[in-house]
Amino acid sequence: MNTDRHAIVRVIGVRKTFTMGKVEVEALKGVDLEIFAGEYISIMGPSGSGKSTLFNMIGGLDKPSDGKVFIDEVDISQLDAYELAWLRNRKIGYIFQTFNLIPVMTALENVTLPMTFAGMNEDEARDKGMELLELVGLAKRHHHKPLELSGGQQQRVAIARSLANDPAIILADEPTGNLDLTTGEEAIELLRSLSQDRGVTIISATHDYKMLNVSDRVVWIRDGMVDRVEKREELDISVGGIGETAGAEA
Amino acid sequence: MEKRVFGPEGKGGVRRAIVLPWSKSLEISFKSLRVRFFRSMITVSSLVLAVSFLSFVLSSLNVAEGVLASGGADAAKRLLDAGYDVQVDAGTVAMTPKERWIVFLSMLVCAVGIVNAQLMSVTERFREIGVMKCLGALDAMVLRLFLLEAAMQGLAGSLAGALLGALFASLTGWIRFGWDALAFMPASGFALSVAISVGGGLMLSLAGVLYPAVVAARMRPINAIRAEH
Repeated sequence: MNTDRHAIVRVIGVRKTFTMGKVEVEALKGVDLEIFAGEYISIMGPSGSGKSTLFNMIGGLDKPSDGKVFIDEVDISQLDAYELAWLRNRKIGYIFQTFNLIPVMTALENVTLPMTFAGMNEDEARDKGMELLELVGLAKRHHHKPLELSGGQQQRVAIARSLANDPAIILADEPTGNLDLTTGEEAIELLRSLSQDRGVTIISATHDYKMLNVSDRVVWIRDGMVDRVEKREELDISVGGIGETAGAEA
Repeated sequence: MEKRVFGPEGKGGVRRAIVLPWSKSLEISFKSLRVRFFRSMITVSSLVLAVSFLSFVLSSLNVAEGVLASGGADAAKRLLDAGYDVQVDAGTVAMTPKERWIVFLSMLVCAVGIVNAQLMSVTERFREIGVMKCLGALDAMVLRLFLLEAAMQGLAGSLAGALLGALFASLTGWIRFGWDALAFMPASGFALSVAISVGGGLMLSLAGVLYPAVVAARMRPINAIRAEH
Protein backbone atom coordinates (compact mmCIF):
# COMPACT_ATOMS: atom_id res chain seq x y z
CA MET A 1 0.00 0.00 0.00
CA ASN A 2 1.33 3.46 -0.81
CA THR A 3 2.83 4.89 2.31
CA ASP A 4 1.99 8.45 1.30
CA ARG A 5 -1.72 7.80 1.54
CA HIS A 6 -3.67 9.30 4.35
CA ALA A 7 -4.64 6.87 7.12
CA ILE A 8 -8.22 7.81 7.91
CA VAL A 9 -8.66 5.16 10.59
CA ARG A 10 -5.87 3.90 12.81
CA VAL A 11 -6.57 1.21 15.37
CA ILE A 12 -3.77 0.65 17.88
CA GLY A 13 -3.64 -2.22 20.35
CA VAL A 14 -7.38 -2.29 20.90
CA ARG A 15 -8.71 -4.75 23.44
CA LYS A 16 -12.29 -5.15 24.54
CA THR A 17 -13.56 -7.19 27.43
CA PHE A 18 -17.22 -7.86 28.06
CA THR A 19 -18.54 -9.10 31.34
CA MET A 20 -21.23 -11.67 30.72
CA GLY A 21 -22.71 -12.52 34.07
CA LYS A 22 -19.63 -13.46 36.09
CA VAL A 23 -17.51 -14.52 33.15
CA GLU A 24 -15.19 -12.08 31.42
CA VAL A 25 -15.05 -12.52 27.68
CA GLU A 26 -12.26 -10.96 25.71
CA ALA A 27 -13.81 -10.05 22.37
CA LEU A 28 -10.74 -8.27 21.02
CA LYS A 29 -7.24 -9.23 22.05
CA GLY A 30 -5.11 -6.40 20.76
CA VAL A 31 -5.97 -5.34 17.23
CA ASP A 32 -3.81 -3.07 15.10
CA LEU A 33 -5.18 -1.84 11.82
CA GLU A 34 -4.73 1.04 9.40
CA ILE A 35 -7.34 2.04 6.87
CA PHE A 36 -6.53 4.54 4.16
CA ALA A 37 -8.79 7.22 2.78
CA GLY A 38 -10.86 6.09 -0.19
CA GLU A 39 -10.31 2.41 0.45
CA TYR A 40 -12.98 -0.27 0.32
CA ILE A 41 -12.25 -2.56 3.25
CA SER A 42 -14.04 -5.73 4.19
CA ILE A 43 -13.68 -7.10 7.66
CA MET A 44 -14.32 -10.81 7.34
CA GLY A 45 -14.73 -13.37 10.04
CA PRO A 46 -17.16 -15.87 11.49
CA SER A 47 -19.75 -14.64 13.97
CA GLY A 48 -18.28 -14.37 17.43
CA SER A 49 -14.85 -13.51 16.06
CA GLY A 50 -14.99 -9.97 17.42
CA LYS A 51 -15.66 -8.52 14.00
CA SER A 52 -18.74 -6.55 15.04
CA THR A 53 -16.99 -5.33 18.17
CA LEU A 54 -14.08 -3.98 16.17
CA PHE A 55 -16.52 -2.45 13.75
CA ASN A 56 -18.40 -0.66 16.54
CA MET A 57 -15.12 0.73 17.91
CA ILE A 58 -14.20 2.19 14.53
CA GLY A 59 -17.64 3.78 14.31
CA GLY A 60 -17.34 5.41 17.71
CA LEU A 61 -20.33 3.43 18.94
CA ASP A 62 -18.32 1.64 21.60
CA LYS A 63 -15.19 2.40 23.57
CA PRO A 64 -12.20 0.07 23.79
CA SER A 65 -11.20 -1.33 27.20
CA ASP A 66 -7.61 -0.68 26.23
CA GLY A 67 -5.82 0.78 23.21
CA LYS A 68 -6.79 3.65 20.95
CA VAL A 69 -8.85 4.36 17.88
CA PHE A 70 -7.85 7.37 15.80
CA ILE A 71 -10.08 8.80 13.12
CA ASP A 72 -8.16 11.26 11.00
CA GLU A 73 -5.48 11.33 13.71
CA VAL A 74 -7.99 12.31 16.39
CA ASP A 75 -8.33 9.93 19.32
CA ILE A 76 -12.07 9.35 19.52
CA SER A 77 -11.99 8.44 23.19
CA GLN A 78 -11.05 12.08 23.80
CA LEU A 79 -14.17 13.44 22.10
CA ASP A 80 -17.05 14.73 24.21
CA ALA A 81 -20.71 14.00 23.57
CA TYR A 82 -21.14 16.92 21.15
CA GLU A 83 -18.08 16.05 19.13
CA LEU A 84 -19.13 12.41 18.93
CA ALA A 85 -22.60 13.41 17.77
CA TRP A 86 -21.02 15.69 15.18
CA LEU A 87 -18.76 12.88 13.99
CA ARG A 88 -21.71 10.49 13.66
CA ASN A 89 -23.81 13.08 11.97
CA ARG A 90 -21.48 14.50 9.35
CA LYS A 91 -18.48 12.29 8.94
CA ILE A 92 -19.65 8.72 9.36
CA GLY A 93 -22.57 7.07 7.59
CA TYR A 94 -23.94 3.88 9.08
CA ILE A 95 -25.57 1.00 7.25
CA PHE A 96 -26.96 -1.87 9.31
CA GLN A 97 -27.84 -5.46 8.63
CA THR A 98 -31.43 -4.84 9.70
CA PHE A 99 -31.66 -1.55 7.77
CA ASN A 100 -32.83 0.33 10.89
CA LEU A 101 -34.92 2.89 9.11
CA ILE A 102 -37.27 4.81 11.36
CA PRO A 103 -40.60 3.05 10.79
CA VAL A 104 -42.86 6.04 11.33
CA MET A 105 -41.10 8.18 8.72
CA THR A 106 -41.28 8.01 4.94
CA ALA A 107 -38.24 7.07 2.86
CA LEU A 108 -37.56 10.74 2.13
CA GLU A 109 -37.91 11.76 5.77
CA ASN A 110 -35.52 9.01 6.76
CA VAL A 111 -32.94 10.30 4.30
CA THR A 112 -33.35 13.96 5.28
CA LEU A 113 -33.25 13.41 9.06
CA PRO A 114 -29.44 13.59 9.33
CA MET A 115 -29.52 16.75 7.19
CA THR A 116 -32.02 18.30 9.59
CA PHE A 117 -29.68 17.49 12.47
CA ALA A 118 -26.89 19.14 10.51
CA GLY A 119 -28.93 22.33 10.28
CA MET A 120 -29.75 22.24 6.60
CA ASN A 121 -32.95 24.06 5.70
CA GLU A 122 -35.98 22.06 4.71
CA ASP A 123 -36.11 22.82 0.98
CA GLU A 124 -32.44 22.11 0.45
CA ALA A 125 -32.74 18.91 2.48
CA ARG A 126 -35.72 17.76 0.42
CA ASP A 127 -33.89 18.42 -2.86
CA LYS A 128 -30.80 16.62 -1.72
CA GLY A 129 -32.85 13.78 -0.27
CA MET A 130 -34.61 13.29 -3.60
CA GLU A 131 -31.27 13.41 -5.38
CA LEU A 132 -29.91 10.65 -3.15
CA LEU A 133 -33.04 8.54 -3.56
CA GLU A 134 -32.66 9.04 -7.30
CA LEU A 135 -29.09 7.79 -6.99
CA VAL A 136 -30.27 4.55 -5.38
CA GLY A 137 -33.17 4.30 -7.82
CA LEU A 138 -36.03 4.92 -5.41
CA ALA A 139 -37.10 8.47 -6.17
CA LYS A 140 -40.57 7.27 -7.15
CA ARG A 141 -41.10 5.62 -3.79
CA HIS A 142 -40.02 8.54 -1.63
CA HIS A 143 -43.36 8.82 0.17
CA HIS A 144 -43.47 5.15 1.19
CA LYS A 145 -42.89 4.06 4.77
CA PRO A 146 -40.13 1.45 5.30
CA LEU A 147 -42.62 -1.36 5.91
CA GLU A 148 -44.11 -0.74 2.48
CA LEU A 149 -40.73 -1.38 0.86
CA SER A 150 -38.93 -4.65 0.19
CA GLY A 151 -35.74 -5.53 2.07
CA GLY A 152 -33.53 -4.54 -0.84
CA GLN A 153 -35.35 -1.23 -1.22
CA GLN A 154 -35.09 -0.53 2.50
CA GLN A 155 -31.37 -1.16 2.35
CA ARG A 156 -31.07 1.22 -0.59
CA VAL A 157 -32.90 3.89 1.40
CA ALA A 158 -30.46 3.21 4.24
CA ILE A 159 -27.54 3.66 1.82
CA ALA A 160 -29.04 6.95 0.67
CA ARG A 161 -29.41 8.01 4.30
CA SER A 162 -25.81 7.12 5.08
CA LEU A 163 -24.76 9.57 2.35
CA ALA A 164 -26.94 12.39 3.65
CA ASN A 165 -24.18 14.67 4.90
CA ASP A 166 -21.47 13.56 2.46
CA PRO A 167 -19.59 11.48 5.01
CA ALA A 168 -15.93 10.60 4.67
CA ILE A 169 -16.48 7.08 5.98
CA ILE A 170 -19.34 4.65 5.50
CA LEU A 171 -19.58 1.82 7.98
CA ALA A 172 -21.64 -1.08 6.74
CA ASP A 173 -22.40 -3.84 9.23
CA GLU A 174 -23.38 -6.99 7.34
CA PRO A 175 -25.14 -4.88 4.70
CA THR A 176 -26.15 -7.95 2.70
CA GLY A 177 -26.96 -10.15 5.70
CA ASN A 178 -30.71 -9.85 5.34
CA LEU A 179 -30.84 -9.66 1.56
CA ASP A 180 -31.15 -12.37 -1.07
CA LEU A 181 -28.46 -13.02 -3.64
CA THR A 182 -29.58 -10.53 -6.30
CA THR A 183 -30.52 -7.62 -4.06
CA GLY A 184 -27.35 -8.26 -2.06
CA GLU A 185 -25.29 -7.94 -5.23
CA GLU A 186 -27.11 -4.75 -6.12
CA ALA A 187 -26.33 -3.27 -2.72
CA ILE A 188 -22.67 -4.24 -3.05
CA GLU A 189 -22.49 -2.76 -6.55
CA LEU A 190 -24.02 0.45 -5.24
CA LEU A 191 -21.45 0.68 -2.44
CA ARG A 192 -18.61 0.00 -4.86
CA SER A 193 -19.71 2.73 -7.23
CA LEU A 194 -20.01 5.13 -4.30
CA SER A 195 -16.49 4.43 -3.17
CA GLN A 196 -15.19 4.98 -6.69
CA ASP A 197 -17.24 8.04 -7.65
CA ARG A 198 -17.34 9.86 -4.37
CA GLY A 199 -14.07 8.80 -2.78
CA VAL A 200 -15.83 7.61 0.34
CA THR A 201 -13.96 5.17 2.53
CA ILE A 202 -16.11 2.09 2.94
CA ILE A 203 -15.59 -0.25 5.84
CA SER A 204 -17.84 -3.22 5.93
CA ALA A 205 -18.10 -6.10 8.36
CA THR A 206 -19.34 -9.13 6.56
CA HIS A 207 -19.13 -12.84 6.00
CA ASP A 208 -20.51 -12.57 2.51
CA TYR A 209 -17.94 -13.76 -0.02
CA LYS A 210 -19.54 -11.63 -2.74
CA MET A 211 -18.00 -8.66 -0.95
CA LEU A 212 -14.49 -9.85 -1.74
CA ASN A 213 -14.79 -8.97 -5.43
CA VAL A 214 -15.11 -5.30 -4.74
CA SER A 215 -12.86 -4.88 -1.70
CA ASP A 216 -9.47 -3.26 -2.01
CA ARG A 217 -8.34 -5.13 1.06
CA VAL A 218 -9.81 -7.82 3.23
CA VAL A 219 -9.09 -8.01 6.93
CA TRP A 220 -9.64 -11.47 8.38
CA ILE A 221 -10.50 -11.53 12.04
CA ARG A 222 -10.25 -14.70 14.10
CA ASP A 223 -10.57 -15.09 17.85
CA GLY A 224 -10.38 -11.37 18.49
CA MET A 225 -7.21 -10.84 16.51
CA VAL A 226 -6.28 -9.85 12.99
CA ASP A 227 -5.53 -13.15 11.32
CA ARG A 228 -4.30 -11.68 8.06
CA VAL A 229 -4.82 -8.73 5.75
CA GLU A 230 -5.00 -9.37 2.04
CA LYS A 231 -5.08 -7.11 -0.99
CA ARG A 232 -7.51 -7.90 -3.75
CA GLU A 233 -4.74 -9.09 -6.07
CA GLU A 234 -3.72 -11.79 -3.60
CA LEU A 235 -7.24 -12.94 -2.88
CA ASP A 236 -7.86 -15.52 -5.60
CA ILE A 237 -4.78 -17.45 -4.57
CA SER A 238 -5.59 -17.76 -0.92
CA VAL A 239 -9.34 -18.11 -1.20
CA GLY A 240 -8.94 -20.69 -3.93
CA GLY A 241 -12.12 -22.57 -4.73
CA ILE A 242 -14.50 -20.01 -3.31
CA GLY A 243 -13.17 -17.14 -5.32
CA GLU A 244 -14.19 -18.23 -8.80
CA THR A 245 -15.67 -14.83 -9.61
CA ALA A 246 -12.89 -13.14 -7.68
CA GLY A 247 -10.41 -14.86 -9.96
CA ALA A 248 -12.29 -13.76 -13.06
CA GLU A 249 -12.28 -10.16 -11.90
CA ALA A 250 -8.57 -10.14 -11.14
CA MET B 1 -10.47 12.40 -4.55
CA GLU B 2 -10.11 11.70 -0.86
CA LYS B 3 -12.41 12.79 1.85
CA ARG B 4 -11.03 13.67 5.20
CA VAL B 5 -12.81 13.59 8.50
CA PHE B 6 -11.60 16.69 10.22
CA GLY B 7 -10.73 18.40 6.99
CA PRO B 8 -8.99 21.73 6.55
CA GLU B 9 -11.09 23.39 9.26
CA GLY B 10 -9.53 20.98 11.75
CA LYS B 11 -11.01 19.92 15.00
CA GLY B 12 -12.35 23.41 15.63
CA GLY B 13 -15.07 22.84 13.06
CA VAL B 14 -16.42 20.09 15.27
CA ARG B 15 -17.85 22.72 17.55
CA ARG B 16 -20.50 23.62 15.01
CA ALA B 17 -23.62 22.58 16.77
CA ILE B 18 -25.96 19.74 15.90
CA VAL B 19 -29.44 21.21 15.72
CA LEU B 20 -33.05 20.23 15.67
CA PRO B 21 -35.30 23.26 15.18
CA TRP B 22 -38.40 23.53 17.35
CA SER B 23 -40.74 23.37 14.38
CA LYS B 24 -39.13 20.12 13.28
CA SER B 25 -39.23 18.69 16.82
CA LEU B 26 -42.92 19.53 17.01
CA GLU B 27 -43.52 17.91 13.66
CA ILE B 28 -41.68 14.72 14.62
CA SER B 29 -43.42 14.38 18.00
CA PHE B 30 -46.80 15.10 16.50
CA LYS B 31 -46.24 12.48 13.83
CA SER B 32 -45.14 9.81 16.26
CA LEU B 33 -48.24 10.52 18.35
CA ARG B 34 -50.43 10.22 15.30
CA VAL B 35 -48.83 6.96 14.22
CA ARG B 36 -49.42 5.47 17.66
CA PHE B 37 -52.79 7.11 18.01
CA PHE B 38 -54.62 4.31 19.79
CA ARG B 39 -51.71 3.81 22.16
CA SER B 40 -51.47 7.44 23.12
CA MET B 41 -55.25 7.62 23.54
CA ILE B 42 -54.98 5.05 26.32
CA THR B 43 -52.32 7.10 28.09
CA VAL B 44 -54.40 10.22 27.61
CA SER B 45 -57.63 8.63 28.81
CA SER B 46 -56.27 8.00 32.31
CA LEU B 47 -55.24 11.63 32.41
CA VAL B 48 -58.68 12.73 31.21
CA LEU B 49 -60.32 10.79 34.02
CA ALA B 50 -58.06 12.12 36.78
CA VAL B 51 -58.24 15.72 35.54
CA SER B 52 -61.99 15.63 35.04
CA PHE B 53 -62.37 14.44 38.62
CA LEU B 54 -60.18 17.28 39.88
CA SER B 55 -62.06 19.76 37.75
CA PHE B 56 -65.42 18.34 38.91
CA VAL B 57 -64.50 18.73 42.58
CA LEU B 58 -63.16 22.26 42.12
CA SER B 59 -66.08 23.51 40.02
CA SER B 60 -68.59 21.90 42.38
CA LEU B 61 -67.19 24.19 45.04
CA ASN B 62 -67.79 27.17 42.74
CA VAL B 63 -71.34 26.02 42.18
CA ALA B 64 -71.82 25.69 45.93
CA GLU B 65 -70.49 29.24 46.34
CA GLY B 66 -73.11 30.28 43.81
CA VAL B 67 -75.79 28.65 45.93
CA LEU B 68 -74.45 30.42 48.99
CA ALA B 69 -74.48 33.79 47.22
CA SER B 70 -78.01 33.28 45.96
CA GLY B 71 -79.70 32.06 49.14
CA GLY B 72 -77.88 33.30 52.29
CA ALA B 73 -78.31 31.43 55.60
CA ASP B 74 -80.96 29.08 54.32
CA ALA B 75 -78.71 27.98 51.46
CA ALA B 76 -75.81 27.51 53.87
CA LYS B 77 -77.85 25.00 55.81
CA ARG B 78 -78.81 23.14 52.67
CA LEU B 79 -75.14 22.96 51.65
CA LEU B 80 -74.09 21.74 55.10
CA ASP B 81 -76.73 19.06 54.88
CA ALA B 82 -75.45 18.11 51.46
CA GLY B 83 -72.00 17.52 53.03
CA TYR B 84 -70.14 20.69 51.99
CA ASP B 85 -67.59 22.38 54.25
CA VAL B 86 -69.11 25.90 54.37
CA GLN B 87 -67.53 29.05 55.81
CA VAL B 88 -70.66 31.21 56.03
CA ASP B 89 -68.89 34.41 57.10
CA ALA B 90 -66.39 34.36 54.28
CA GLY B 91 -68.99 33.18 51.76
CA THR B 92 -66.71 30.36 50.59
CA VAL B 93 -66.98 26.61 50.39
CA ALA B 94 -63.91 24.37 50.85
CA MET B 95 -63.06 20.78 50.05
CA THR B 96 -63.61 18.32 52.84
CA PRO B 97 -60.49 16.41 53.96
CA LYS B 98 -61.94 13.25 52.46
CA GLU B 99 -62.37 14.88 49.06
CA ARG B 100 -58.84 16.18 49.21
CA TRP B 101 -57.55 12.68 49.79
CA ILE B 102 -59.52 11.18 46.97
CA VAL B 103 -58.34 13.87 44.55
CA PHE B 104 -54.75 13.32 45.66
CA LEU B 105 -55.03 9.57 45.27
CA SER B 106 -56.59 9.80 41.83
CA MET B 107 -53.75 12.04 40.68
CA LEU B 108 -51.20 9.63 42.13
CA VAL B 109 -52.72 6.63 40.39
CA CYS B 110 -52.80 8.60 37.17
CA ALA B 111 -49.12 9.59 37.51
CA VAL B 112 -48.10 5.97 38.03
CA GLY B 113 -50.14 4.99 34.99
CA ILE B 114 -48.42 7.61 32.86
CA VAL B 115 -44.93 6.55 33.98
CA ASN B 116 -45.83 2.97 33.14
CA ALA B 117 -47.22 3.78 29.71
CA GLN B 118 -44.30 6.04 28.82
CA LEU B 119 -41.70 3.49 29.94
CA MET B 120 -43.33 1.01 27.61
CA SER B 121 -43.32 3.51 24.81
CA VAL B 122 -39.59 4.08 25.36
CA THR B 123 -38.87 0.35 25.32
CA GLU B 124 -40.86 -0.02 22.16
CA ARG B 125 -38.79 2.68 20.54
CA PHE B 126 -35.32 1.64 21.72
CA ARG B 127 -34.19 0.99 18.20
CA GLU B 128 -35.65 4.19 16.81
CA ILE B 129 -33.87 6.21 19.50
CA GLY B 130 -30.63 4.34 18.85
CA VAL B 131 -30.81 5.04 15.14
CA MET B 132 -31.43 8.73 15.77
CA LYS B 133 -28.37 8.80 17.98
CA CYS B 134 -26.30 7.07 15.33
CA LEU B 135 -27.41 9.79 12.94
CA GLY B 136 -26.07 12.39 15.36
CA ALA B 137 -28.96 13.23 17.67
CA LEU B 138 -27.91 14.62 21.06
CA ASP B 139 -29.33 13.44 24.39
CA ALA B 140 -31.13 16.76 24.75
CA MET B 141 -32.97 16.22 21.46
CA VAL B 142 -34.32 12.83 22.45
CA LEU B 143 -35.38 14.30 25.79
CA ARG B 144 -37.06 17.18 24.03
CA LEU B 145 -39.00 14.93 21.67
CA PHE B 146 -40.39 12.89 24.54
CA LEU B 147 -41.23 15.97 26.60
CA LEU B 148 -42.99 17.55 23.64
CA GLU B 149 -45.04 14.43 23.07
CA ALA B 150 -46.00 14.35 26.73
CA ALA B 151 -46.86 18.04 26.67
CA MET B 152 -49.15 17.55 23.68
CA GLN B 153 -50.79 14.54 25.28
CA GLY B 154 -51.03 16.43 28.57
CA LEU B 155 -52.57 19.50 27.02
CA ALA B 156 -55.16 17.58 25.02
CA GLY B 157 -56.04 15.27 27.91
CA SER B 158 -56.21 18.02 30.51
CA LEU B 159 -58.32 20.32 28.35
CA ALA B 160 -60.79 17.54 27.62
CA GLY B 161 -60.81 16.43 31.25
CA ALA B 162 -61.17 19.91 32.72
CA LEU B 163 -64.06 20.83 30.43
CA LEU B 164 -65.76 17.51 31.04
CA GLY B 165 -65.47 17.88 34.82
CA ALA B 166 -66.69 21.47 34.79
CA LEU B 167 -69.62 20.54 32.58
CA PHE B 168 -70.70 17.74 34.90
CA ALA B 169 -70.29 19.92 37.99
CA SER B 170 -72.52 22.59 36.40
CA LEU B 171 -75.09 20.00 35.36
CA THR B 172 -75.34 18.39 38.79
CA GLY B 173 -75.42 21.84 40.42
CA TRP B 174 -78.25 22.88 38.14
CA ILE B 175 -80.22 19.72 38.89
CA ARG B 176 -79.67 19.85 42.64
CA PHE B 177 -79.87 23.55 43.40
CA GLY B 178 -81.62 25.05 40.41
CA TRP B 179 -80.62 27.76 37.96
CA ASP B 180 -79.74 30.31 40.66
CA ALA B 181 -76.70 28.29 41.70
CA LEU B 182 -75.17 28.82 38.26
CA ALA B 183 -76.38 32.40 37.84
CA PHE B 184 -74.72 33.50 41.10
CA MET B 185 -71.62 31.40 40.62
CA PRO B 186 -68.40 33.49 40.63
CA ALA B 187 -67.26 33.32 36.99
CA SER B 188 -63.62 34.10 37.75
CA GLY B 189 -63.50 31.34 40.36
CA PHE B 190 -64.98 28.90 37.86
CA ALA B 191 -62.44 29.86 35.21
CA LEU B 192 -59.68 29.50 37.78
CA SER B 193 -60.86 25.97 38.64
CA VAL B 194 -60.69 24.96 35.00
CA ALA B 195 -57.29 26.59 34.60
CA ILE B 196 -55.92 24.86 37.70
CA SER B 197 -57.16 21.51 36.38
CA VAL B 198 -55.53 22.03 32.98
CA GLY B 199 -52.28 23.16 34.58
CA GLY B 200 -52.33 20.28 37.04
CA GLY B 201 -52.91 17.74 34.28
CA LEU B 202 -50.11 19.17 32.17
CA MET B 203 -47.69 19.04 35.10
CA LEU B 204 -48.74 15.48 35.82
CA SER B 205 -48.13 14.41 32.24
CA LEU B 206 -44.69 16.05 32.16
CA ALA B 207 -43.70 14.67 35.55
CA GLY B 208 -44.76 11.20 34.44
CA VAL B 209 -42.61 11.25 31.30
CA LEU B 210 -39.51 12.69 32.93
CA TYR B 211 -37.96 9.45 34.13
CA PRO B 212 -38.76 7.44 30.96
CA ALA B 213 -37.45 10.29 28.80
CA VAL B 214 -34.18 10.49 30.74
CA VAL B 215 -33.77 6.72 30.35
CA ALA B 216 -34.28 7.12 26.60
CA ALA B 217 -31.96 10.09 26.26
CA ARG B 218 -29.10 8.50 28.19
CA MET B 219 -29.16 5.28 26.22
CA ARG B 220 -25.96 4.57 24.33
CA PRO B 221 -26.61 3.95 20.64
CA ILE B 222 -24.75 0.65 20.69
CA ASN B 223 -27.18 -0.80 23.25
CA ALA B 224 -30.15 0.48 21.36
CA ILE B 225 -29.03 -1.08 18.11
CA ARG B 226 -28.26 -4.34 19.87
CA ALA B 227 -31.63 -4.42 21.64
CA GLU B 228 -33.35 -5.88 18.61
CA HIS B 229 -31.22 -9.00 18.33
